[in-house]
Amino acid sequence: MSDKILYGCAAVFNTPDEITHAAEKVANAGYKKFDVHTPYPVHGMDDAMKLAPSKLGYVALVFGLSGTLGALFTLWWISAVDYPIVIGGKPFFSFPAYIPVMFELTVLSAAIATVLAMLFIFFKLPNNSHPLHGTEYMKKVSSDKYGISIQADDPQFDKEKIKELFETLNAAKIYLIHWDNDELNHKHKILEPKFLAFLFVVALISSGTAYFTLNKLMFMVPFNWMMDQPKQSAQQKSLIFDDGFGMRNPVPGTVARGYLPYQFKGQPDLAGEKLVNPVPISNESLKLGGQKFDIYCSPCHGYHGDGASRLRGQFPNPPSLHSDKVRKWSDGRIFAVITDGQNIMPSYSTQLSVEERWAVINYVRALQRALNAKESDLQ
Amino acid sequence: MTAADFTKELSVIEGKPALRELDELISKPLETKPNKKFYIALSITLSLFSLLVIGLGLTFYYGIGMWGNNNPVGWAFDIVNFVFWVGIGHAGTLISAILFLFRQKWRTGIARFAEGMTIFAVMTAGMFPLIHVGRPWLAGYLFPYPNQHSLWVNFTSPLLWDVFAVSTYLTVSLIFWYVGLIPDLAILREKTTHKIKKVIYSVFSLGWRFSNRHWQHYEMVYLILAGFATPLVLSVHTIVSFDFAVSIIPGWHTTIFPPYFVAGAVFSGFAMVQNVLIIVRKIFNYEHIITLDTLEKMNKIMLLTGSLVGYAYAMEFFIAWYSGVEAERFTFLNRALGPYAWAYWIMITCNVVSPQFFWVRKIRRSIPVMFVIAIFVNIGMWFERFVIIVTSLSRDFLPSSWAYYKPTYVDAMILIGSFGFFFTWILLFTKALPVVSMAEVKAVVDGAQPSHKEH
Ligand code: HEC
Repeated sequence: MSDKILYGCAAVFNTPDEITHAAEKVANAGYKKFDVHTPYPVHGMDDAMKLAPSKLGYVALVFGLSGTLGALFTLWWISAVDYPIVIGGKPFFSFPAYIPVMFELTVLSAAIATVLAMLFIFFKLPNNSHPLHGTEYMKKVSSDKYGISIQADDPQFDKEKIKELFETLNAAKIYLIHWDNDELNHKHKILEPKFLAFLFVVALISSGTAYFTLNKLMFMVPFNWMMDQPKQSAQQKSLIFDDGFGMRNPVPGTVARGYLPYQFKGQPDLAGEKLVNPVPISNESLKLGGQKFDIYCSPCHGYHGDGASRLRGQFPNPPSLHSDKVRKWSDGRIFAVITDGQNIMPSYSTQLSVEERWAVINYVRALQRALNAKESDLQ
Repeated sequence: MTAADFTKELSVIEGKPALRELDELISKPLETKPNKKFYIALSITLSLFSLLVIGLGLTFYYGIGMWGNNNPVGWAFDIVNFVFWVGIGHAGTLISAILFLFRQKWRTGIARFAEGMTIFAVMTAGMFPLIHVGRPWLAGYLFPYPNQHSLWVNFTSPLLWDVFAVSTYLTVSLIFWYVGLIPDLAILREKTTHKIKKVIYSVFSLGWRFSNRHWQHYEMVYLILAGFATPLVLSVHTIVSFDFAVSIIPGWHTTIFPPYFVAGAVFSGFAMVQNVLIIVRKIFNYEHIITLDTLEKMNKIMLLTGSLVGYAYAMEFFIAWYSGVEAERFTFLNRALGPYAWAYWIMITCNVVSPQFFWVRKIRRSIPVMFVIAIFVNIGMWFERFVIIVTSLSRDFLPSSWAYYKPTYVDAMILIGSFGFFFTWILLFTKALPVVSMAEVKAVVDGAQPSHKEH
C-alpha cells in the first residue's frame, strides 16, 4: 500500500445539501485542486465551488461564424468564380438562395466544434486511467452518493487535516485514493506494433472506400441493358468469319455505281492536255461551284482565290489563283490539281464529285475574269 | 384533498424512488436476456423489414418503373414517405431541445427515447430521396465535391438545400444524443460486471468521471446544442416545404407551407412518440418515470398542433378563393371533391377531428383512447402528404396531361417495409442502450436538488 503514490483524499455524502455545504467549506478553506463528483449536475454547485463561467460559448460563436462565412465564401466561389452558370435568370451570386445552406453549415460546424472542444480539450477525455476509475468512490458517486475529492498536489494538502475537515462536515465515508502503479509506469509508445497495425488498417479502409466511391461506384453504368445487344458492331471482332473482321470487304472486282477510274494520276500535264470541261458555264453550275469553292477551297485560297487564307498562318499560304500561270492553264490542268492535289495541297476527290469539280473550276474562271475584266464585260 | 395546490411545482417522477432503484430499473433491459416477447416483436419487425428489402431489390433490378409513378405524378409514395418520416423525426428534437429551453422538466423521462426515434426516423426518411433518384449509388453527386467533371451542384435549388438540411439534422441529432448518453454509459460502466460490456462502456463513456468541473461545461454545451437544434429543427421542415412551395404547381406555391409543415411534423412526431412510449412504459414498468401526466402533456401539444394544422387547411382554401387564381381554386375544390376526395376526407377526419377529443380531460388521460387517437393522427398525417403531393400533380394547369395515380405492390411493400426498418431499430435500441436518461431523471426526482436553506 505504502509504495503507491497518493492521488488525493475523498469523501462521500448522502444528500445534495451536505455536498453543497462541503464544497463551500472546502473552497473557502482555500483549496484549489479539488473536485465534486455527483451523479447528476447539482444546482448551485458551480457557485459553491467558485467556478468561473464556462467559456464554451465562445467556441460555439467562433466556429459558428466561421461556418457561416466559410459557407458564404465557398458558395460564392463555386457559383460566381469557378463555374458560373445562369440558373433561372438569377445572378451568379444569388445571396438569398444561399441562406439555407449557410444556416445549416453554421449549425453543423458550431455543434461539432463545441462538442469536440468540450470532450477533448476542456475535459481531456478519453481518460480511462484516471486514479478515480475503478474505485469504490466512483461506483458510489456514479449512482446515488455525492463525493468531494482534494488532490494531493494541492499546496495546502495535509491528509490528517482534510480527514478532520470531512469528519466535521458529516461525511458518510472517507477514502484515500492512490495512483495505480501499473498504469503510472505503463508507457504508451507511438511505435507500438499494435498501434501501427491499427493505423495501417484505418488508412487502408478509408483510402479503399474513398477510391471505390469516387472512381468506381459513381461511374457505375446504370441499367445498361439496351447497350448490350447481340449484334455485330463496326470495328468489333467477329467470331463468324475466319479472318476475325466484323466489317467485310466487297467481293474482289466490285465496282461502285457511277465510278470511273481517273486515268491521269500523277500526270497533271497530260490531264491538262486531254481533259475537256464537260460542264457548260451556266447560272446553276456557277452557283454550285461558288458554294463548293467557299466550303472547300476558301479556307486556304480565300473567298476570292487571292490566297488570303483564313488560317492565320497555321498552314502555308497558297499562291494566288489569279496568276498568269493558272489563268493560262486549261480546265483539265486545274482538274488534275483538285483531283490529285499538288505538293502540300491535298486531293479533294473524295469531297467533290467529278461534276462538282468542274463546277468549281467554272467558278474559279469567273473569279479570274472578275479581276481581269475586259472592257466589253462592263457593257 | 380538495383543491390542488398550484404554488407547488408538480413532481415529474411519481413517488420518490431511491436513485439507485432508478439505475436498476432503467438498466434492467440491458442486463437481462431478451425474453420471448422481444423475439416475437423482433421477428415481426424483421419480416416487415424484409418486405422493404424485397421491394428495394425489385426497384434496383428493374428500375423505378416498378412503382406507380406516372407522367404528371412523378413524385408519389417515395416523396410522401420521405416527408412523413422526416416529420416523425421532429418530435425528438422538439422534446430534447425546445422543451429544454423552456425548462419543461417533464421532458426528461421521454427525451432520450424521442431523440432515438428522431435518428431512426431521419435514417428511414433519408432512404427515400436516395431511392427516388433511381440510381442511389450515384447520390454522391448531391454533395459539392471537387470532381473530374469540374461540375458543382445547384445551390439555388431547394432539393439541394434539403440534402444539407437533412444531413445536418441527422449529424446534430446524433451528436446531441451521444452527448446525452455519455454520463449514462459511465453509470453502466460502473455497474456492469461483464468484462466485454465493461470495455465497450469504458470506450464510449470516454472515462467520464461525474466531475462537477465537467458538469459545468456539459450543461453549457447542452444549452448551446439545444439553442442550435431549435432553429435547426424548424429549418429542416421549412426546407422540406420549400421543395413544394418554391415550385409553381397549384396547391404547392403557397407561403403558408413552412409553418404549416412544421406544425404538422410536430403533430405527427408526438403521435408516434406517444404510441411507442405507451408500449415501452408498459413492457419495462416505467409507469412512474414516463407518467400519465407526461402523456397528458404530449396530448395537449397534439391538440395544439392538430388545431394549427386544421387552421392551415382552412386557410389554404380561403387563400385559394381569395387569390382569385383559377388554377388554385380548382386544385382545392379538386382535393375535396375530385378523384382523391377519399384521401382528403381521411386526412380531415384523422388530423382535424380526432385530436379535438383531447379537449376532454378524461380522454386525455385514458391510455387506450389516446393510443387510438395517436394512430389516427399518424394515418392522417401520412395522407396529408399524399393529398398535397398526388392531387396537385395529378391535375395541374394542363388538363390534357391529367392522370390518376395508383400505387403498385412494390410501393406498398416499401411503405410497409419502412415501418419494419424503423421499428427494428427501435427494438434494438431498447435492448442496447438506456431508453430513459438516468442522469437526467435523477436530477428531477423530489429531493434531488439542494433545498437552498441557509446553512
Ligand atoms: C489546305 C489548304 C488548301 C485547300 C483547302 C485548297 N488548296 Fe489549292 N493549294 C494549296 C496550296 C498550299 C497550294 C500550292 C501547292 C504547291 O506548293 O504547289 C495550292 C495550289 C493550288 C493550285 C495551283 C496553283 C499554282 O499556282 O500552282 C490550284 C489551281 C488550286 N490550289 C486549286 C484549289 C481548289 C480549286 C481548291 C478547292 C477544291 C483548293 N485548291 C483547295 C492549298 C489548298
